[in-house]
Amino acid sequence: MAWRTACRGIIRAEVPPAEIQTRLVSRSSPSPARLFEGRGLACRRGERLVFENLDFALSSGGALLLTGHNGSGKSSLLRVMAGLTPPLTGALTWDGTGIADDTAAHHARLHFIGHQDALKPVLTVAETLAFCAALRDTAPDHVLPALRKFHLAEFADWPCRVLSAGQRRRLALARLVASPAPLWLLDEPSTGLDEASTQDLLAAIAGHRAESGMVAIATHLPLPIPGAAPLSLEKFAPRRSAA
Amino acid sequence: MTAFWALVARDLRLALRQGSDAALVVAFFVLAVVLFPFGVGPEPQLLARIAAGVVWVTALLAALLSLDRLFQQDYEDGSLEVIALAPLPLEAAVLAKCLAHWLTTGLPLAVVGPALAALLRLDGAGYLPLIFAMALGTPSLSLVGAVGASLSLGARRAGVLLSLLVLPLYIPVLIFGVAAVEQAVAGFPIRPHLLILTALLLAALPLAPWAAAAALRPALE
Repeated sequence: MAWRTACRGIIRAEVPPAEIQTRLVSRSSPSPARLFEGRGLACRRGERLVFENLDFALSSGGALLLTGHNGSGKSSLLRVMAGLTPPLTGALTWDGTGIADDTAAHHARLHFIGHQDALKPVLTVAETLAFCAALRDTAPDHVLPALRKFHLAEFADWPCRVLSAGQRRRLALARLVASPAPLWLLDEPSTGLDEASTQDLLAAIAGHRAESGMVAIATHLPLPIPGAAPLSLEKFAPRRSAA
Repeated sequence: MTAFWALVARDLRLALRQGSDAALVVAFFVLAVVLFPFGVGPEPQLLARIAAGVVWVTALLAALLSLDRLFQQDYEDGSLEVIALAPLPLEAAVLAKCLAHWLTTGLPLAVVGPALAALLRLDGAGYLPLIFAMALGTPSLSLVGAVGASLSLGARRAGVLLSLLVLPLYIPVLIFGVAAVEQAVAGFPIRPHLLILTALLLAALPLAPWAAAAALRPALE
């Protein structure tokens, strides 16, 4: 937890092993290829202020591991990052451009996998992925590799209603690979996954980062992601309990 | 454009595979119209007089029945988030869903409508105007309905709220849809009524997706 040395609000990586240092999040790192940043973010859910004064920075190949107790705002932060929830204060920028200026471009570069699997009982596994690829205007070339990566190829023609909870989760995650996007926002991605599938997920994340992708993950389960910068939401809880 | 048609194709596929939804709407339409002769009596003159109004009012109610499936299921299973986070503008996504909704609801209603009018002995001069009016009017029902469906999303008793929101907005389509048929039967030109129905559709085409998308965004926060 050496990252605590960073001043409040700025996420700096723990002094990392040399081979991954260049990928990591740090304002002082030499001009990264891409930079996704949030400054002074606050978020309100209903009448409650969830977090405030939150800064983060995520650069190419970087990973952000969001931790915190239930209700600390991990999911809310991911939704703010996705542009689903507008932040109460602060701004998000991608390479210095505000994401609110061009939401279509921001949506094109991100995948958000929330708590829900977003599957239709009557569509088959392959149709689900093909639709997701088409919805993002990408060719269906990646659908088959995505099915293989999450060991779903043998179920390709099954309707989603017969899938188990773990298989449904794997299919939801296969969307990440079915249409490439540089930013992955994952909310409790390993819930319901067995050990082998969790390894598939970790491999997919590692492969994504090796191709300069970035990933932000909210999780309670221990996910060994090398060089991930931890971001504890509890640090940004509002000083006063309610606004 | 790929994304737009992919969304239309997905909604059509969903409607075909869980075919009961679309079939139920048409079945409701047929049954409700068939009830009228039992209620008002079998006199041919009376039925012919009310035929256009009965067909139109029942078509509005049938369309209303189908509106909750426009966004509700996608909202509940998280698909709406996936759609909203696609590069496709949310307005275009709403338009795609309205198109699929019209193809699976409005179009079958417009096809069955004249047959039901025949059941009520509508005057022969009224059929063509009824077909035109329903073809022009039912897309407006889907579009205006999408605004109500998005506004009532996530609300308790959404069905009741939806009818309170949407039925008053259906009144213009009802007035001019019925007027086109009745004027034709009375021997007057129907062109003005069809032009007004076209104008309503052309106004709803950009405004309704815009309003529905604006109502969906807070629901997705």
